[in-house]
Amino acid sequence: MATLKLEIVTPEAKVYSEDVDMVTLPGIEGEMGVFPMHVPLITQLTAGEVGVRKGNQDYFLAVGEGFVEITSDKVAILTDMAIKAENIDEGKAEEARKRAEARLAEKLDDEEVANVSAALAHSLAQLKVKRRGR
Amino acid sequence: MPSTRDIRRRIKSVKNTAQITKAMQMVASSKMRRAQLAALAGRPYAKLMNTMLADVSGGAKDFTHPLMEKRGDKKRCVILVSTDKGLCGALNSNLTREALKYDKDTTVFVCAGKKGAQFVARNKRNLAAEFTYKDTPLFAEARAVSKFVQELFTKGEVDSVEVLYTNFVSTLVQKPETQAILPVGELRGVQAGVGGAETSVALEKSDIEFQFEPGADAVLSALLPHYLNFQIYQVLLEAKASEQSSRMVAMKNATDNAKQLIKDLTLEYNKLRQANITKELLEITTAQMALG
Repeated sequence: MATLKLEIVTPEAKVYSEDVDMVTLPGIEGEMGVFPMHVPLITQLTAGEVGVRKGNQDYFLAVGEGFVEITSDKVAILTDMAIKAENIDEGKAEEARKRAEARLAEKLDDEEVANVSAALAHSLAQLKVKRRGR
Repeated sequence: MPSTRDIRRRIKSVKNTAQITKAMQMVASSKMRRAQLAALAGRPYAKLMNTMLADVSGGAKDFTHPLMEKRGDKKRCVILVSTDKGLCGALNSNLTREALKYDKDTTVFVCAGKKGAQFVARNKRNLAAEFTYKDTPLFAEARAVSKFVQELFTKGEVDSVEVLYTNFVSTLVQKPETQAILPVGELRGVQAGVGGAETSVALEKSDIEFQFEPGADAVLSALLPHYLNFQIYQVLLEAKASEQSSRMVAMKNATDNAKQLIKDLTLEYNKLRQANITKELLEITTAQMALG
């Protein structure tokens, strides 16, 4: 069976690079699943959860905003944050979420709102991945 | 004439200074290596971003974006990337010398690093914002800077944005350089890695027909800010590597000087000690001769 090569890179590191069977990712126009032989596609990514199926096992990663380039045998994800589920510190993410929400409640200018909501989206994505299946 | 005790005291204090500078040298050299590694870690990202840029701009032909609008350079914005701390040789003064060349009334400064902000305040230039970045710069820090200048630009408060930073040529050579950031002219490929052409990645278009979601224009207009963020991130890394290597060299010189000083002082101390002994002997023999 054909496989997909999944690559997830951030400016700080290459987080993930493996051959997988299926990828689900949070596209800007909704969740999408990608199998091998997908039509070539470039789209934006929103903060959320990337699911990876490899053999009979599922893995999950939290990702930030970014871009995806899909070809028939490869999925390349370009994002500013990507953390594997097992590396997420739930306490820290929860704390970050609370902090971001508290900041949003204050009066902020547009610039800060954008920053804080990005931070909030990051922590929510992490929490979502960590608490899945509970 | 200093007494032997004075000299001994000075030797001790110089020794302490040498110890501190030596430690700072070690720290700086390990931090420099880390900054260089961080810059290299961005290579896969740069490569992927370049392929995407090429593919997307191939899909969006007659595309214009507010960030690409050319308006001359009546009002400029300069991002001054300096260090937070001193003790790094002539790095900051080289930078500020370049910064002084900009016109006082038509230039606003955005500073990353405390030293640059201090310079701007001291010389009564216009400071728009001050940002900080850590020893290993985070992408989020670069994004904050980049977002801010993009907003200045799109609001029409400035007509062009340049970044003034220290380019890492080698461990011994760091050069202040300016790089035009906005408006985005031709889409060049981004580079990753400090100090060297061998790390550049070419902009190459693959011959696959891509579909775009929601559309090529929309994707490209979202990709542009990211492209800028990454460029600024690279600049921060470059500046950090320069700072650390410059500090390392400065501290090495300081340690060497201190060692030389200790040597000279020890020589003087021994001479003085010898002179004292001779004097005492002389006194004893004269006294004996007078008694005898």
